[in-house]
Amino acid sequence: MTLTKIFKNTLLILTACLVLSACATKKEIATDIEGKMQGDVYTGTDTVKYLADGVPDRVFFATNESILTTASRETLRAQAAWLRKNSGINVVLEGHADERGTREYNLALGERRANAAKDYLMTYGISSERISVLSYGKERPVDSGSNPLSWSKNRRSVTVKAN
Amino acid sequence: MIKKIFTLFLILIPIESFALIEVDITRGNLDPLPVAVSPLSIDEKSRKSFEKVLKKKNIGEEISSIVENNLRTSGLFNPLSKDAFLQAPDIANFKPRFEDWNLIKAQALITGKVNYIDEKLRVEFRLWDVLAAKEMMALAFTTVPNNWRRVGHIISDKVYERLTGEKGYFDTRIIYVAEEGPKTQRIKKLAIMDQDGFNNKILTLGNELVLTPRFNPTSQMVTYLSYFKNLPRVYLLDIETGTQEVVGDFPGMTFAPRFSPDGKKIIMSLAKDGKSDIYTMDLENRIVEKITNHPSIDTSPSYSPDGKYITFNSDRSGYQQIYIMKSDGSDVKRISFGRGLYGTPVWSPRGDLIAFTKLHKGKFYIGVMRTDGKGERLLTENYYQEAPSWSPNGRVLIFYRETKTNDKGEGFSAKLWSIDLTGYNERQISTPMDASDPSWSSLLSN
Repeated sequence: MTLTKIFKNTLLILTACLVLSACATKKEIATDIEGKMQGDVYTGTDTVKYLADGVPDRVFFATNESILTTASRETLRAQAAWLRKNSGINVVLEGHADERGTREYNLALGERRANAAKDYLMTYGISSERISVLSYGKERPVDSGSNPLSWSKNRRSVTVKAN
Repeated sequence: MIKKIFTLFLILIPIESFALIEVDITRGNLDPLPVAVSPLSIDEKSRKSFEKVLKKKNIGEEISSIVENNLRTSGLFNPLSKDAFLQAPDIANFKPRFEDWNLIKAQALITGKVNYIDEKLRVEFRLWDVLAAKEMMALAFTTVPNNWRRVGHIISDKVYERLTGEKGYFDTRIIYVAEEGPKTQRIKKLAIMDQDGFNNKILTLGNELVLTPRFNPTSQMVTYLSYFKNLPRVYLLDIETGTQEVVGDFPGMTFAPRFSPDGKKIIMSLAKDGKSDIYTMDLENRIVEKITNHPSIDTSPSYSPDGKYITFNSDRSGYQQIYIMKSDGSDVKRISFGRGLYGTPVWSPRGDLIAFTKLHKGKFYIGVMRTDGKGERLLTENYYQEAPSWSPNGRVLIFYRETKTNDKGEGFSAKLWSIDLTGYNERQISTPMDASDPSWSSLLSN
């Protein structure tokens, strides 16, 4: 009886150790790209250009997603404010996907991402006539790496001046 | 058009059929049939004439080596080394000494003769069953000398068909995208080549991005996506004349085009306001029909060979899966239920299978499943590969594969590969530049 109990406890401790050590390794990987990704959405500034002071030109997405993050919405509000001030400027929203998807689906996904950005600009008062959408799918990555950080930079919608 | 250029006379010499040789095609290349391809014999006068016209020293040997190469790459045949051949080509074609061919373990023998007659190329060939000491087939062709490679492919198709009982796929072409330049700024051009990688020809200049070319059933037209003037739209290209035209007038990006099996319609996706739906356009009367209507992404449509059904890719369940529906858009049914994401479904020309790309746990697979989604078989696994296209006999799949780059983002390449339906005989098809998005033509001579 007691023997089984001791055995069971040892097993429990062993399992706990295993779980803990597994966690430790995972954390180490996470710190590598800490500050540049949240979940798998890119939060760094490596590739970002500026339409004007304090107006970043691009927003980033999670894998297979077209949902705008809090940071993306902030960026787009800044873009909307800038567009309201510069009423003569029209923009193209270029939607992109990472390389981990089929070409045709990625074309559609890029279009969906650019439209998510477009819809948000429109709710902040920018006329749809000033915005066109162009999907590049996975055809124009900004980072040629084959790793999660590179992919996160490539999942983007970039606002480009059209005139 | 192709047929106009290629004036071909087929003279079928009837023979008694008692074929003893049979190639087991269900097992792939496990036990390829030993076959001797004797060089086509040629008289000295004809040889010299062809040398002058085609700049080939011995056209008979050249044509035989095309046949040899085709049979070898099919994985079903093992062409024996010519060094072991005991009988001279001209005598072998007249009357083979079967004991000699038996001695080197050849089970089938191909012999033939080339002549230069009235500025034309005349080729006759014979297929012999060595063990039964019988002629199995004898055919003769006459054509313009420039078609010599095609003659090699047609002989290969006839031999393949006679020995396997299935149509061949050698007298075919591949349309694909030739690529070069850094990964972030790839230059892409439409290109076409023979199935064996010869006669490469670039069709567009590379000024704009072009993607996903696909042949029509007669292999004279190609539909593809072009970013001409930064407006991604589906285009049509006439291969012979080089004429290009945009397909329809759509208010958004059109992409993922394919022809219907009768060649009369183009089926494609239209992306607008964040959703992609499937449409068809009749090429004669320009009538556009909307086939799917769903807030999700519906793309990569492909018709069944009888035109009654369409398989496509949709994320309406939340993730990319494969669906089938009737060609009018009714009766939508999901058929992929395995783990992972499924894309680019392509209906087999035989009708019984759907080839697809699958992404699971960071790996890409090319696989096939039955049209009810059952019997999924993954043929090959890699870092990145997609876009399978069927050989016209439904026996081989061609696709493209991209490499993982290193830490500095270097070392990217894209190449064409083919694999047998059984999962055996995977091989790279060499191209002058990097290559992607291959599409296989129908048999050109038929």
